[in-house]
Amino acid sequence: MSGFLSPVFEPGFFASAQVHVALEVGTVVALVAAAVGSFAVLRGQSFAGEALSDVGTAGGSGAFLVGVGPLWGFLVLGAAAACAMELIGVQRPRGRDLATGIVLGAGLGLAALFFSLVAEYRDTTGAPVTVLFGSLFTVSASLTPAIAALSVAGLALVLALYRPLLLSSASAELAAARGLPVRLIGVLYLVALVLAVALASLTIGTILSTGLLVGPAASAMRLTARPVRALLMAGLLGVAAVWLGVLLAYDSFYWPPVGHGWPVSFFVVALVMVFYLASGLPRALGARKRRRSAAGEAA
Amino acid sequence: MVNAWEVASIVAVVAGVVGFFTVLRGSAFVAHAVPNGSFAGAAGASLLGISTLFGLGVFSLVGALSIGVMGRRGRRDAVTALALVTMLGLGGLFLSFTTQYAAETYSLLFGEVLGVSTNELIPTAALAALCVVAVAVLYRRMMLSSVLTEVGEARGISAFGVELLFLAVVALASTMTVPVVGTLLIFSLMIGPPAAARSLVSRPAQAMWLSVALALLTVWTAIAASYATNYPVGFFVGTVSAALYAVGRGFAGWRSGGGLVSATTAAAGA
Amino acid sequence: MTGAPAADEREAVLEVQGVDVHLGNRQVLSDVSFTVGANDFTGLIGANGAGKTTLMRVILGLQPPSSGRVRISGREGRHRSTIGYVPQKFVFDPDMPLRARDLVALGIDAQRWGIALPSRSRRERVEAMLAAVNGLQFADTRIGRLSGGEQQRVLIAHALISEPTLLLLDEPLANLDPASTQEVVSLLAKIAAEQNIAVLISAHEMNPLLPVLDRIIYVAAGRAASGRTDEVVRADVLSKLYGDHVDVLHVHGRVLVVTGAGEGLDLHGHEGAITDGEVLR
Repeated sequence: MSGFLSPVFEPGFFASAQVHVALEVGTVVALVAAAVGSFAVLRGQSFAGEALSDVGTAGGSGAFLVGVGPLWGFLVLGAAAACAMELIGVQRPRGRDLATGIVLGAGLGLAALFFSLVAEYRDTTGAPVTVLFGSLFTVSASLTPAIAALSVAGLALVLALYRPLLLSSASAELAAARGLPVRLIGVLYLVALVLAVALASLTIGTILSTGLLVGPAASAMRLTARPVRALLMAGLLGVAAVWLGVLLAYDSFYWPPVGHGWPVSFFVVALVMVFYLASGLPRALGARKRRRSAAGEAA
Repeated sequence: MVNAWEVASIVAVVAGVVGFFTVLRGSAFVAHAVPNGSFAGAAGASLLGISTLFGLGVFSLVGALSIGVMGRRGRRDAVTALALVTMLGLGGLFLSFTTQYAAETYSLLFGEVLGVSTNELIPTAALAALCVVAVAVLYRRMMLSSVLTEVGEARGISAFGVELLFLAVVALASTMTVPVVGTLLIFSLMIGPPAAARSLVSRPAQAMWLSVALALLTVWTAIAASYATNYPVGFFVGTVSAALYAVGRGFAGWRSGGGLVSATTAAAGA
Repeated sequence: MTGAPAADEREAVLEVQGVDVHLGNRQVLSDVSFTVGANDFTGLIGANGAGKTTLMRVILGLQPPSSGRVRISGREGRHRSTIGYVPQKFVFDPDMPLRARDLVALGIDAQRWGIALPSRSRRERVEAMLAAVNGLQFADTRIGRLSGGEQQRVLIAHALISEPTLLLLDEPLANLDPASTQEVVSLLAKIAAEQNIAVLISAHEMNPLLPVLDRIIYVAAGRAASGRTDEVVRADVLSKLYGDHVDVLHVHGRVLVVTGAGEGLDLHGHEGAITDGEVLR
């Protein structure tokens, strides 16, 4: 078995402790990101997710400044940004887009400040890049319990809110008319979004975390019309992207130029993009088939 | 220092003009994604040893147009996010192959306007002129198509065509601005000042001029503050933009509370 | 669908008493009072901008009135579980993974925690409801890909499946062609009779509804007059309501309300009819 799979799994893949941690953490985070991301796409809050992750850049670099783990930086500034977005609280989509952009701009400004301070006061030139691009291989095993706990919290929140959240995402007016607290649901959802973005930022980096959040969810939505199935499928695609990404990144140590591993985050987002493009195929093929059969009938 | 003023002023004019349409079309995410993603082009160019401007141009244009094409069949915000992370992922890959990456990344993402050299001034000015001319030529079509898409379509203005042209203009603006001021600065300038201008005045042409003026005010304040404090320009641009937006919102709120007609809808309708 | 109490036919499902609403500095509704009895099919008629949607929002508890009170099934406060509501405007994204049957199912239990477990009775209940609105054939289509009329039927099913005692519909006929209008009106009349519920339907054009309406609430200039159709749609009642001279004409079985007659007549409007208090110039 291992003999004929050896071209796929390079030596040491299953024995590596780094790979174990990467797979465990990656799986959990991919599941949370997919569940929370499904609603981000449904609610048109992909941009908010992206903004929160970029604000997380400020959090991560700020954490370096004060000497705590980046995860706590992501969470604190993420929560602050979510509050700001909610306070600006614009209901129309275009206005919300602007409010998100303003928070994002201010957050990135803060990131610029923190980075310059990190460069000035601490001799950690590599730190910003770790925050920005992350790497599943550098996640320390000691963080696993915290990641698992936060993941469970994020997942539990979305699943508990599932039905009210689904209705208020489909139509806020219908939900309000039934007496559902639409605004409170939105705030609780933002909490879940902050958690998911912080976790994804920690594992694949702040600037790529949006990929894991939005990609699997957007692909799943195109593959099925059923809400629960879309959620499950998004989780499946997210986990697949992480596993394949870890495998390819591990294998890439043996690719030319030998000895240089390609970043795992690159593979994860590339796979997510491939999944998204592939998810459009069934409908495109169906449309072509219909056109052809229509042409055949006409002839 | 003088170069910094000049380049930043050019950038502010372009950001004010392009940003006006960005805000009108609700395309803040695209204005963030295209410049941000195009940094991968710079990273790739430095890896291959070719012109940074070329790399930025290719990546921002390809990125912007693929957002336009994919957005036809999917959710625009979701495909924007995907295009962005794909480009950034490539950027991360390119960076991982170079050795002195940290400083490079930093200046591309957050800008080093105070270190602009004279030979960057001319291409920046040329691209800026191209950008402003493009918007001037497309002004009325883009206006109609952004505000009343269906009416535009009925009059033969393809919404998809306008979207692609708009994205190309954003790509052009990114190409010229990212190497000199970084992705963060251009994004903040394209959102804050136009959004504030829109809340302050109702006529579209006025809003556009005001957004240019506010963008200039923002960069000048930011450069002066950065020079005085030695903190990065990007920090001040982000903060001043947010403050301007807050002032604009406050003004609009105060005015609509006073019973006058809301400016934002009037700006869209004129 | 036998859950609705069939106690006293005269029991008021909805009582609106002396409701005033101010939006900003503008008074939108002033001293509006009416009752809707169990099983009444009531039309809320008025021109665009007369305050119909605001009144609906007050009934739903989404817009607190400046004064006055709203009692639903004799109780004051938020008892919206007994109201089904179909909004005027609804836009569903075409790619949203939500089938017609999923939206109807959310009508049963959207307020509950967690994901609904698959259940045969739930499924059958949803299908029965979809059948009642002639919507079984598109049960598995994404809601955003249905036509406006189809979406409306799904929304009606969504509103009805929680077995409300009162169904509110905000301008359900506004964007329908005449054939669909007839279909929706007769569907609503059928459902109201079968399920024993009171219906309050708002419209700026009363003619398509006249055959099925028991009562009418006519809103104009922020005030309302209510009663049986023949008690309300009269020149003297409407003139008092508008504070202006109003003619009510009966032409070919249709009712035309002509206002602002003093400023000269210019016959235009829906299918040549002048209706609904449009002030003509």
